[in-house]
Amino acid sequence: MKTILSEQQVALTVKRLAHQVLEQHLKLDNTVIIGLQPRGIFLSDRMVHELSALVEPASISYGKLDITFYRDDVRTELHVANKTDIPFSIEGKQVVLIDDVLWTGRTIRAALDALLDFGRPSKVELCVLIDRRFNRQLPIQPDYTGRAIDTITTQKVKVFWKEKDGNDCVELIS
Amino acid sequence: MKLSTKHLLGIKDLTTEDIQLILSTATNFKDVLQRPVKKVPSLRDVTIVNLFYENSTRTRFSFELAEKRLSADTLNFAASNSSAAKGETLLDTVNNILSMKVDMVVMRHSASGAPHFLSKHIPAAIINAGDGINEHPTQALLDAFSMIEKFGSLKGLKVAIIGDIMHSRVALSNIYLLKKMGAEIMVAGPPTLIPKYITEALGVRVEYNVKNALQWCDVANVLRIQLERQNQPLFSSLREYNLAYGISRKLLESIGKEITIMHPGPINRGVELDSDVADGPSSIVLNQVENGVAVRMAVLYLLSGT
Repeated sequence: MKTILSEQQVALTVKRLAHQVLEQHLKLDNTVIIGLQPRGIFLSDRMVHELSALVEPASISYGKLDITFYRDDVRTELHVANKTDIPFSIEGKQVVLIDDVLWTGRTIRAALDALLDFGRPSKVELCVLIDRRFNRQLPIQPDYTGRAIDTITTQKVKVFWKEKDGNDCVELIS
Repeated sequence: MKLSTKHLLGIKDLTTEDIQLILSTATNFKDVLQRPVKKVPSLRDVTIVNLFYENSTRTRFSFELAEKRLSADTLNFAASNSSAAKGETLLDTVNNILSMKVDMVVMRHSASGAPHFLSKHIPAAIINAGDGINEHPTQALLDAFSMIEKFGSLKGLKVAIIGDIMHSRVALSNIYLLKKMGAEIMVAGPPTLIPKYITEALGVRVEYNVKNALQWCDVANVLRIQLERQNQPLFSSLREYNLAYGISRKLLESIGKEITIMHPGPINRGVELDSDVADGPSSIVLNQVENGVAVRMAVLYLLSGT
């Protein structure tokens, strides 16, 4: 087991990602933040917290998206659904999708399908804490990356969050 | 996480965890049904046949809509205009349909146990949409969903099931489910329509006076008088039934407390339920129908993976 990001590094990385998103979207007035259920929402919660210190909190549109019913592996493994909560229109908006780990790209594929059922955004960007660069199965790349790492298929990347798991860190399990 | 069973034949076979999983998944599907695109691609590679050997409007439409909202392909079968009318057996019909690569069977039949029989002979997942006087599991699940939506929980909720208990598969499925989820149950109606020893067998209270039952309960689930299943007269006339056991506005007002009224449909207006009660503010009859689609989506989704 190897630590990829320590608690301090997680905090700094989240802060940086929030600043990078803001750099591209300035006032966030035509931008919406969407966290992916179930594990992406811890990162999106933190980023929205950071962003609300930098811009008018009322101008942040923040939603959560569950992609369970859009997965392509329903027949092999059944997942329990979580709540989707997007209390605003995404029509014509710039969407920043947020998830913890990008690996095969299949979750993001499902997320794009799910998202487009809510309307037609003008642009969709992807922000992830960890980008596992090898073994991508679909042509999907992140726009904002916390840390890019090279791993082999048998390894596992686990992201721990204080709210859920007791401490903040990212670990590589071989 | 998945259900402990491959088929949904009855509530009797489900665990409380199964019931909770179905109801929580149905909450997610109810959200989907409020969206601009009321559809998800989960079952786009699944074909489902709706095998209805007995008439139905609500249940068949509800299943069909649930299947379409999940992107499944659907086939509809009605016994009256099929080869069943030429004498083909149930097993033959189903095997022929399955050989055309159908994955799931939703089935209603007038013979109790027909889906159980089928489940022993075919590989596809079977969902019971009502078998004779045995069970109607998805109705009980949508009733539970509607009650939880209104009251938050079933634990300790007092539910009176009123009317033709003897011939009602809705009653039996509701009793099994409510018991598993910790509700208190009373059945009420004329002695000829309540099975003997039901207290001993199922642990429910029995009341022959509807007013007493209403005074006791939080929810009254009023059942349809099923004339088609009675081969001998069990009460003298529909008018007399209405006078003694029908729920009227006047009767409800005399109770002096708010009671939620449910009915699985179709309603015999002026028999078991008067119109001003069925359409009144305490009736959640149409919510039941709305929730039916979400609950059936959950059942189909959860059984499709096996």
